[in-house]
Amino acid sequence: MCGIVGLYLKNPELHPRLGELFAPMLIEMTDRGPDSAGIAVYREDPAVGTKVCAYSADTGYDWNGLARQMADDLGVDVRAERNSTHALLQTSVEGADLRGWLERERPDVRIMSSGRALEIYKEVGLPEDVLERFGIPAMAGSHAVGHTRMATESAVTTEGAHPFNTGDDLCLVHNGSLSNHNQLRAWLRHNAGLTFQTENDTEVAAAYLTWRLREGDTMDQALEHAMRDLDGFYTFAIGTRAGFSVLRDPIACKHAIMAETDDWVGMATEFRSLARLPGVENARIWEPKPATIYSWGSN
Amino acid sequence: METLDLAELDIRDVNRRLQGRTGDSDASDFEVLNPLGRHTIAAGINRPINVHIRGHAGYYCAGMNQQAKVTIEGNAGVGVAENMMSGEVRVTGYAGQSAGATGHGGLLVIEGDASGRCGISMKGIDIVVGGSVGSMSAFMAQFGTLVVLGDAGADLGDSIYEARLYVRGSVERLGADCIEKEMRDEHREQLADLLKRAGFDANPDEFRRYGSARQLYNFKVGNIGYY
Repeated sequence: MCGIVGLYLKNPELHPRLGELFAPMLIEMTDRGPDSAGIAVYREDPAVGTKVCAYSADTGYDWNGLARQMADDLGVDVRAERNSTHALLQTSVEGADLRGWLERERPDVRIMSSGRALEIYKEVGLPEDVLERFGIPAMAGSHAVGHTRMATESAVTTEGAHPFNTGDDLCLVHNGSLSNHNQLRAWLRHNAGLTFQTENDTEVAAAYLTWRLREGDTMDQALEHAMRDLDGFYTFAIGTRAGFSVLRDPIACKHAIMAETDDWVGMATEFRSLARLPGVENARIWEPKPATIYSWGSN
Repeated sequence: METLDLAELDIRDVNRRLQGRTGDSDASDFEVLNPLGRHTIAAGINRPINVHIRGHAGYYCAGMNQQAKVTIEGNAGVGVAENMMSGEVRVTGYAGQSAGATGHGGLLVIEGDASGRCGISMKGIDIVVGGSVGSMSAFMAQFGTLVVLGDAGADLGDSIYEARLYVRGSVERLGADCIEKEMRDEHREQLADLLKRAGFDANPDEFRRYGSARQLYNFKVGNIGYY
């Protein structure tokens, strides 16, 4: 059992309040996932061309030293900003291969996310504590997705927590389970050159979408392909640099509810996560239909 | 009217009051404030009271209801009025998946749309939906009536037994062993009565009736009294 939530702010005037509106949504899903939590925040800064959110269990990790070496090797400016067990590594250069450098030079560091706007934070513990640890309630941004996990098969670890990102500002949270992830992971590794950091089925779904987008699909086309190639139960909430999508499998047994006003779109496993959003009493509320793609923003 | 505020009371306390298990109230009209999508509100009532839930409810609202009339002034989550035995449950907004699931009796009215699997495995409940129903509605429906004023999603009445389905709008696709059937006077009468009780002004002549082709289960007419 897991809880997933997503909030996409259509009205830019609400952007400064993203974290404040999003945090209570995630906390409400604590009953569904008290083991660990993860949050993906999209916040774009014109001064930042590329950023990576990295993790080390060592809270004394020398992120500044890492940033200096990264800057020397890549010939770009790199700034490190520690945030608890995570660090945000940012450069003004768009398309800088910070992710590739980390994979080659620092295999001890976990890459949580990479892109232009996306930052992923995840940790074990109660959602409320995870939110506080990273200062999420004070964060501004355009959209966010989150996950609360109740591990049933694999261990409770930071790495096993959602959301998953495999590059290019895409992230995905998942309620359900995929049955053909092993085969698909091997195929993506071999044929699409994608790298994986866990044995988790959801990471495979994220990688699959990353691959389809690189092949030139729009998000809607990528999700059409996903419905053919992914086998299993799923409700997905997906973020891209400027977009937000929701998809349920053709049986739709994993819960999902959506609400939309002129100002925002909210998605959650249960309505109670949406119950405190401003103007929810007049929102359009519905359960996403099976095998139907819902998208907002540019994809 | 007695007011029960979920901002102050635990859901178990609220339900004990509604079930009459606290012994300190003879009120017959209740309102529940601040539901905020909480689960199992007004579940397990077995007495003739009126309950108004002022806002959106979570899962299994008014589950197992007997005798009570429960009105949700808003939307209801998964499994509203599941396994209802008698009484009436009304949702003024939208109902989530599996509304009225396995219900044995009583009337469930959904003024807006209902999601998928509405009336799944229904066993005698009457369900009237003002809007449309999602896919797999009345799946394995055994007895009772599902009335839909709007459209029905794919696989309506899949593996249906002896329930009656009336749909005014389109049906995306009928499920296995579900077929369209003739509307006779007895059906028009039943439908008119249900529409009236549910408070909808609609003409029974605009509806089509669907039911079981009786090819998937071993139906013996001699056993009709037991069904």
